[in-house]
Amino acid sequence: MSGYLILAILALAFLVVFQIAKASEYVAVLKGEETTFRQNNRINAFLFLAFLVLGLAAAWWCNDLFYDRTLLGKPAASEHGEKIDFMLWITIIITGLVFLLTQILLFWFAFKYQYTEKRKSFYFPHNNKLELLWTVVPAIFLTVLVGFGLYYWFGITGEAPKDAQVVEITGKQFNWMMRYPGKDGVLGRKNYRLTDASNGNALGVDWEDGASHDDLEATEMHLVVNKPVQLVINAQDVIHDVGLVHFRMKMDAVPGIPTTIWFTPKYTTTEMKKITGNKDFVYEISCDQMCGTGHYSMKGLVIVETQEEYNAWLAGKKPQYVTLMEQKATPATPAALPADSSTAKPMAQLTK
Amino acid sequence: MSDITIHGQEGSVITQATGHDAHHEHHHHEESFISKYVFSQDHKMIAKQFLITGMIWAIIGGLFSVLFRLQLGYPEMTFPFLEDVFGKWARGGRITDNFYYALVTMHGTILVFFVLTAGLSGTFANLLIPLQIGARDMASPFLNMLSYWFFFGASIVMFSSLFVQTGPAAGGWTIYPPLSALGQASEGSKIGMDLWLVSMALFIVSSLLGGLNYISTILNMRTKGMAMTRMPLTMWAIFFTAVLGVLSFPVLLSGAILLLFDRNLGTSFYLSDIVVKGEILPNEGGSAILFQHLFWFLGHPEVYIILLPAMGMVSEVLSVNSRKPIFGYLAMIGSLFAITALAFLVWAHHMFVTGLNPFLGAFFVLLTLLIAVPSAIKVFNWLTTLWRGNLRFTPAMMFAIGFVSLFISGGLTGIFLGNSTLDIHLHDTYFVVAHFHIVMGVASFFGMFAGVYHWFPKLYGRYLNNTMAYIHFWVTLVGAYLIFWPMHYQGFAGVPRRYADFSNWESFKQFGELNRFISTVAMIVFAVQLLMVFNFFYSIFKGRKVRTQNPWGANTLEWTTPINPGHGNWPGEVPEVHRWPYDYGKDGREFIPQTEPVGENESKH
Repeated sequence: MSGYLILAILALAFLVVFQIAKASEYVAVLKGEETTFRQNNRINAFLFLAFLVLGLAAAWWCNDLFYDRTLLGKPAASEHGEKIDFMLWITIIITGLVFLLTQILLFWFAFKYQYTEKRKSFYFPHNNKLELLWTVVPAIFLTVLVGFGLYYWFGITGEAPKDAQVVEITGKQFNWMMRYPGKDGVLGRKNYRLTDASNGNALGVDWEDGASHDDLEATEMHLVVNKPVQLVINAQDVIHDVGLVHFRMKMDAVPGIPTTIWFTPKYTTTEMKKITGNKDFVYEISCDQMCGTGHYSMKGLVIVETQEEYNAWLAGKKPQYVTLMEQKATPATPAALPADSSTAKPMAQLTK
Repeated sequence: MSDITIHGQEGSVITQATGHDAHHEHHHHEESFISKYVFSQDHKMIAKQFLITGMIWAIIGGLFSVLFRLQLGYPEMTFPFLEDVFGKWARGGRITDNFYYALVTMHGTILVFFVLTAGLSGTFANLLIPLQIGARDMASPFLNMLSYWFFFGASIVMFSSLFVQTGPAAGGWTIYPPLSALGQASEGSKIGMDLWLVSMALFIVSSLLGGLNYISTILNMRTKGMAMTRMPLTMWAIFFTAVLGVLSFPVLLSGAILLLFDRNLGTSFYLSDIVVKGEILPNEGGSAILFQHLFWFLGHPEVYIILLPAMGMVSEVLSVNSRKPIFGYLAMIGSLFAITALAFLVWAHHMFVTGLNPFLGAFFVLLTLLIAVPSAIKVFNWLTTLWRGNLRFTPAMMFAIGFVSLFISGGLTGIFLGNSTLDIHLHDTYFVVAHFHIVMGVASFFGMFAGVYHWFPKLYGRYLNNTMAYIHFWVTLVGAYLIFWPMHYQGFAGVPRRYADFSNWESFKQFGELNRFISTVAMIVFAVQLLMVFNFFYSIFKGRKVRTQNPWGANTLEWTTPINPGHGNWPGEVPEVHRWPYDYGKDGREFIPQTEPVGENESKH
């Protein structure tokens, strides 16, 4: 019912606007086109000025409303993130100044040079000095931005430190799976043809490779604070993207082509709860590459903790290989595979 | 030499100072309805066909955005009328996830390709090229007609994909494989995706036929005296647009065809090591990233295919209504050329976080940010064109000024995203959504509107209603900023794009009211676009009649044709050109048409 009401109101509004528009055209004919033109021109020139002033005020207000909901005022949770934030501020300041200058000139000129009979327009087809000026000045500013940008870019995408903890993260529709290399520090070989989630090998690990026997699988990513971590990123079905918004990091997960990023977490989850003033704060992994119907629900969790907490967590984990061997030994209890519980929930989402 | 005599009466014939009398009466052969309105080979009619088809698509594409904004703005509410219209796609009055992604994908595809490429280039290249360079028609009117009908075919195929059981393509307008290659991965990757690819193949054929025609016409069919450096900037812009299209669309075609092979013939161009829904696929050795290279090799030039014609028309409209020459004509051409050349060398900036070699990425950063230089030149030249002008705020002029404002706003955010360091953080967030909607979406629409309002008198011999035009302009400008400005803040919060629902995310759920606000404004802006469409069709039949041949006092050749030009454009001989098109306010004269010979005492510029 309310739908029809809205439609009726819309139709009425259209009718009113149309009638006014029609009438104003007749009025224009009566008053003379020249007079109407001058009136309209004055009104629109004034509106351009008003748009500039109100627009800038609205931008201020918008900033007031939303600044605190962004990450701009909050510290980045990784060292890379701090560089990115610094770079962001340089860019905001430079582009902000250009924005103000050009928008003010544009709308001010629109107001100032509105049509009057008294003025003849100034014949000014070109001026090499001016044109050189606004070729060179932007070029200089851009050189600065490119310089800063590339310096940080190479720092961020460069080799991970030798002592970095390696964690493998694999995306599939629509959840994330983690793998830790275990005591030997080496991730076991994988072969996608061995993937068999119902038999405890959701990642397609090749158990023939001895290095895989101590690998740990997990559904959440546990990281140690102030210790560099290198993520080895995979995807099983379509392209996903590991989005780590608080660390300001992001990298695609591409089937068939492993990718990597590295960073150093600076604050534990507990510390971040204090810093953000949000007791529900969690480090979330968002999928940032369109991956299908459940894309928006593809969430993972990162828990940054102290070395002791991490060690305690690690002590409670059993390598997947060992779990499977125990399973084989006691085939009477096929239910409740640890790896299965990690996939059961997302599968339920899938069939929703 | 005497001035040109321009008769104000309708249907009158222009008498040229060059002495061509009107004895060349145009031969009127009777045309049937079919040959005049359907399979027309008259460039002006083909332009109208492109424009009206584009408008229909714009309404559909815009409506889709309103629908998915309903989901984003009012995630808890149900809208029973949606179920009445869309059935299972909106079960219980709530847009399903799959339908949400189908809407997003179709919105992007329709607006980028069907509206802002075909609707914009197709309309104004066809309308303006022969009229502004002084030709009777395109180099090949027949290919030109085919170009429209291939577009029409592409439209039919795309439209039909909305009605198949599994729905249209739903993987985003960039259709990255493997998602788009595997029917198992998404409903939208079933038959809807094949239809998308076939439609796009037809569209590319249309675009190539058109583009080759535009290039050959501009290069070969200019009237006497119309040197390349005497062409209006619209012509230069359309010329470069056509070059971009001809060189880059074939690459998308190859990408699309390989994807069709992967989908239907079992090839592995883009597929390797895939386990989808527990099924192990045999494909090995392909590269999903290869598609992105092929896609963005068109995809980035495509942005300029959309933007350049708008820039050209804005330059023309700004100059005419400032009663001042465009500032730095040669610099404007140079910057168009620079943008065109650089457009081919920046595609991988869409791929900074795909695992691209960082060293390679560095070159793309450099080349991408280089584009800011010609862009800055253009902005400052437009500003200087306004400076000390005598501005007439016709609706076209207002949209041109709006274009400059939006181009600045959206262009500056490109400096963020082109810098790979910042792209790591901002990639695929709402910051990107805000950036490209402002700079290539709304700005190009503003250029298109400027064109429609400026050349409507030439298209239909009538004016659009000014009051409705002013309402259209102000609501659209204010609305565009209200919608997209706050999205930058969502981007700074890292909110990812293409999420149907944020309620489960601790990091992204803080923008509920903002999303509602944006959705509401989007609906209002959409309604006002309908007002413009109404104005358009109403004015075709009932608009105020144009009574003077040159209503805007412009210098270019299209205003030397009769008010309602027939096929062939000029009843007599095609006029000769003696000067550049921007002699406004020179030597105390308000404007000097291109057809007027240079006087002996005239000052040089």
